[in-house]
Amino acid sequence: MDISVLNACDHCCTRIEQLSVRLQNQLILDKVNLHVNCRELLAIVGPNGAGKSTLLKAILGAIPYTGRIIWQIRGKKEDRPRIGYVPQTLDFDREAPVSVADLLASATSHRPVWLGVAKRERQQIAKSLDAVSAGHLIGKRIGDLSGGELQRVLLCLALTANPDILLLDEPVAGIDTAGVDLFLTIVKELLASLDIAVLMVTHDLLGVAPHANRMLLLNRRVIAEGTPAEVLASHQMADAFSQPHAGKTPLP
Amino acid sequence: MILRLLNLILTAWHQAIASLPFAWAEYEFMRTALLGIIVVAPLFALVGTMVINNRMAFFSDVLGHSALTGVAIGVLAGLAEPLWAMVGFAALLALSFNLIKLWTGTSSDTILGVLFAATVSFGIVILSRNGGFNRYTPYLIGDVLAVTPLHILILAAFSLVMVGFWIVFGNPLVLVSLNPILAKSRGISPFLLETAFALLLAVLVTLSIRMVGILIISALLVLPAAAARNVTRTVCSYSILSVGISFFSAITGLIFSYYSGTASGATIVLVTSGIYVCLAVTGFIAKNGFWHGSNC
Repeated sequence: MDISVLNACDHCCTRIEQLSVRLQNQLILDKVNLHVNCRELLAIVGPNGAGKSTLLKAILGAIPYTGRIIWQIRGKKEDRPRIGYVPQTLDFDREAPVSVADLLASATSHRPVWLGVAKRERQQIAKSLDAVSAGHLIGKRIGDLSGGELQRVLLCLALTANPDILLLDEPVAGIDTAGVDLFLTIVKELLASLDIAVLMVTHDLLGVAPHANRMLLLNRRVIAEGTPAEVLASHQMADAFSQPHAGKTPLP
Repeated sequence: MILRLLNLILTAWHQAIASLPFAWAEYEFMRTALLGIIVVAPLFALVGTMVINNRMAFFSDVLGHSALTGVAIGVLAGLAEPLWAMVGFAALLALSFNLIKLWTGTSSDTILGVLFAATVSFGIVILSRNGGFNRYTPYLIGDVLAVTPLHILILAAFSLVMVGFWIVFGNPLVLVSLNPILAKSRGISPFLLETAFALLLAVLVTLSIRMVGILIISALLVLPAAAARNVTRTVCSYSILSVGISFFSAITGLIFSYYSGTASGATIVLVTSGIYVCLAVTGFIAKNGFWHGSNC
C-alpha cells in the first residue's frame, strides 16, 4: 500500500478496514482494505465475480459485512455520511410509468408524486438536471432514456443528497463513447467543484479507468493498488484477467 | 353522535340513488352494493399501481387465496364471523413471506408457490370435512350484494388509513419499486417499507374478499393499473387513470351484472379486462405513453 497517500489522508477520507462479506456461505470479499480521499476518483476494477458491486452495497449498508468503515468528512469523524449512489442501469424496471421529474421529486420532495409534481419543484429539478446536461429530459419516462441519459439522471439524483461520497457502479457500461466522455467530464467537474470523494466500479479498463486518480484491482481481496498506469501494467492485472473464472477452478 | 351522522349519510345516499330513474336503483341491496364498490374500487386501483410496480401480482393472488385458510381457522375456532381470522392470517402470511425472503434469499416466486399450495390445501382440507365445502363457495366468487353497511364502514375507515400511508410513503415506495439499493442510499429501509405495504395489502384484500371473491380479487388490484400502464408515463397520470378505470368498470360492471344476472365481481373484472385490451392496443399503436395530464 502506498504510505505517502495514507498520510495525506487526514483532511477528509474514508477508510475501509478488514471488510469481509459472506453471502450464503460464500466468501465474496475477504479482508478488503482501502481508502478514498475527497476530490479523488478511485476506480475499482476486477474480473467478473470479483465482488466489486458487493463492496459498494456493503459501503451502503445494504448487505451485512464484518470489518470497519471509518468516515472522515471535512476533518471530522462522521457516523452517518451522506452517500450518493448510481446503480447499474440494468436493475431498473424500464416499463414503469415514472418520469424523470417523478424520480427526482420522489427522492427530494415530501409532496406525493402521485398527486403530481408542483411547478416550483419542477423548476428546481430542471436546474439540477441542467448541471448534468439533462435539463431537456425532465418530462421523459425513465424507461425511454438512452443508457447515457439515464446514467446522467441517476447521477443528478445521487447529487441531490449533497453526498460526501459518490458510489458509481459500472456507470458507463453499455454506453456509447460520446456518452462516456460526457459522463466522465461531468464527474471531473464535480470533483473540481465539490468536496466529494468518488468511488467508481468499472470494467472498462482502457476507456474509463485511466481517468481515475487511483486504481484498485479487486478479486475478493485487494490485489494491486496505485496509479492507473501502474496497476494496468502490473503482473497481478495480467493474472487476474487471464483466468476466465476468478477464484474458481479454471475450466479445462 | 358519529353513528347518527353516518346513519344520516346512509339515508341520504339511499334517497339520492333511489330517485334515479333506473330499475336497479329501487333495490336497497343494489344501492348498498354501489356504495361498497365506490369505497373499494378507487383504493384498489391506487394500491394496484404499486402492486404492479413491485411485481406483487402473484403475491396478492396468494393473499386472496389465503382467505380460505382464514375461514378454516375461523371454523376451527368456532367463530360465527371469520372476517378477523382471515385478516389475521393474511397479515401473518404477508409478514412471513417478507421474513423468509429476507432470511433465505430464495426467489419470491418459489416462496409464494409454496405458501400458496400449503395455505390453500390446508383451507380446503378443513372446510371439506364431511363434504360440506359448498357452504363456502360464496367466498370463492364473492357477493357484492350481500355487503352490509357495517362492512362498508370498516372498509371506509381502513381506506383512510391506506390513503394516509400513501400520502406519507408514496414517494419512498416509488424509489423502492425502481431499485431497492438506490432507495437504501436515500435512507429508506426497503424491508420495512415493503413489509408495511404487504401487511396493509393483506388487510385490504381480506376485508374485501366477501364482496369480490377469492378467485378474482387480485384481478381487481392488478387490471386497472396494468391497463393504465399502457398509455401513461408519469406516476400521477398512472394513478389517476387507474382510479378512473377502476371506478368506471366497478359501476358499469355492477349495473350490468344486475341486468345479466351474473356474479357482480366477475362482471366488473370482465369490464376492466375489456378496457385493458383497448388500452394495450392503443399503447402499442402510440408506442410510448402519451397521456400525462396537465400538471402530472
